[in-house]
Amino acid sequence: MLNRRDFIKTLGATAGVATLGGCAGGASKARGHVVVVGGGYGGATAAKYLRLWSNGSVDVTLIERNTEFISCPISNLVISGDKALADITVSYEGLRKWGVRVVHDSVLGIDAEKRTIKLEKGGEINYDRAILSPGVDFLWDQVPALKSADAQAKILHAWKAGPQTVALRKQLEDLKDGGVYALTIPKAPYRCPPGPYERISVIADYFKRHKPKSKVIALDANPEVTSKKGLFTKAWDELYKGIVDYRPNSELRDVDVANRTAILEFDKVKADVLNVVPPQRAGDIVAKSGAKLANGRWAEVDWLSLESVNAKGIHILGDSTLSAPLMPKSGFMANQHGKVAAAAILNLLAGEAPNPEPFMTNTCYSFVDAKNVIHVASVHRYDAEKKTLIVVPGASGVSAQRNEIEAAYAIGWAKNIWADALA
Amino acid sequence: MNRLISAACLAALALAAGPAAAQDPNFTRNLAATCAPCHGTNGKAIPGAGQVPLAGEAQETIASRLHEFRAGTRPATIMHQIAKGYTDEQIKQLAAWFAAQKK
Repeated sequence: MLNRRDFIKTLGATAGVATLGGCAGGASKARGHVVVVGGGYGGATAAKYLRLWSNGSVDVTLIERNTEFISCPISNLVISGDKALADITVSYEGLRKWGVRVVHDSVLGIDAEKRTIKLEKGGEINYDRAILSPGVDFLWDQVPALKSADAQAKILHAWKAGPQTVALRKQLEDLKDGGVYALTIPKAPYRCPPGPYERISVIADYFKRHKPKSKVIALDANPEVTSKKGLFTKAWDELYKGIVDYRPNSELRDVDVANRTAILEFDKVKADVLNVVPPQRAGDIVAKSGAKLANGRWAEVDWLSLESVNAKGIHILGDSTLSAPLMPKSGFMANQHGKVAAAAILNLLAGEAPNPEPFMTNTCYSFVDAKNVIHVASVHRYDAEKKTLIVVPGASGVSAQRNEIEAAYAIGWAKNIWADALA
Repeated sequence: MNRLISAACLAALALAAGPAAAQDPNFTRNLAATCAPCHGTNGKAIPGAGQVPLAGEAQETIASRLHEFRAGTRPATIMHQIAKGYTDEQIKQLAAWFAAQKK
């Protein structure tokens, strides 16, 4: 029902938007070269949106060591045997079509004063603004026996999707019926809060269907399930009674690699497949950049621009950041960081201030078996007084119960967010 | 000149969005981009993936759906939670922006 007054408003709004599209705000005035380090959910999205929103007026180089994007979200379904690695792999060709110069190389260092980035193979490149989106690196010092590459090839993390994901799948396939799979979960914050609980759920589902005498032990350093607690524990009680053994306050101290044994403070847990998600911090390049880290781990950023609070000209996205309140380290959130940073950088390159009212949204879908999914969602807006993003009151929640409709949405979400970042 | 263009943009925005003061000229574009991980870049969702495309839909339809989600009167798995993140004004801006995108 459209009354005349609303109709005129509608016309006005549409015309206004069209006019704005024509002058494209500050974006078309932006000129310069932005170098993005890391082509995951944050970096790839930022690279694309810098090109999209500047109408191609800003040059963008993306440095990424891997030749293809492999998604962490959905990778637990590769581990459970319900998906293949090819299903979660996306080409970087789409970004090249946007005019992003994609360079497969590793970054050795960044000089915030000279605004240069040193590459392993490709020499030095200059930038006007840099984006670091390297994800996480692991604090191997806290699991000393796993420092060597050899040990890491035996006791897998599979917390970065790729060869480790495939290798963990192989270990589970080789497991005899009646075997034990144990997962250790680090203290929060870590990448993907619900990820470990999803992993034990879908592995329990695989066991139930194919190796029903096998067990799953979760050794959680946290005092309780850190995400979607009620929904996960209900799924374990109702679907995996006698299979899932969840143990809170069970922090890993070290590992006996040869015996696949998790060493806790007062206990040792032997497994046939031991899977260690180690404690984490911002990616190495962030630590090397001179950006201020909270507790030596996570980068402190200005939430209007994602610029480091001290390393000027360097914007840091995604899991590497010291999260705002109730903001998870998720691929969805990294996508949102990428867009807020892209918009802010285009304003800054045009000599204007960043948007003072950024918004971010998050949705994390988790599979509790091959067919049923639960979500957690939230909308975050900038609070000028607190100088951070806060959850809009009331705008958050979880699924009413596990359901099959959201399993379809979860896969649809993956397809859409991969395209949003990379196509 | 740049200043003049900015002023023109702000004026257009003021017409489009009502009395919002000192809003970034790309506020609505940026807000709409938060929807893209599910609904596609510029609201162009991948056909058949399950999520509703928003690009080129009638402004009135998008706005009324968001209002119903927010009020809890329209069945939803997730949008009843997300829609509570936006004010009436922001719903109006989002609906106008998506309606203006090419399908």
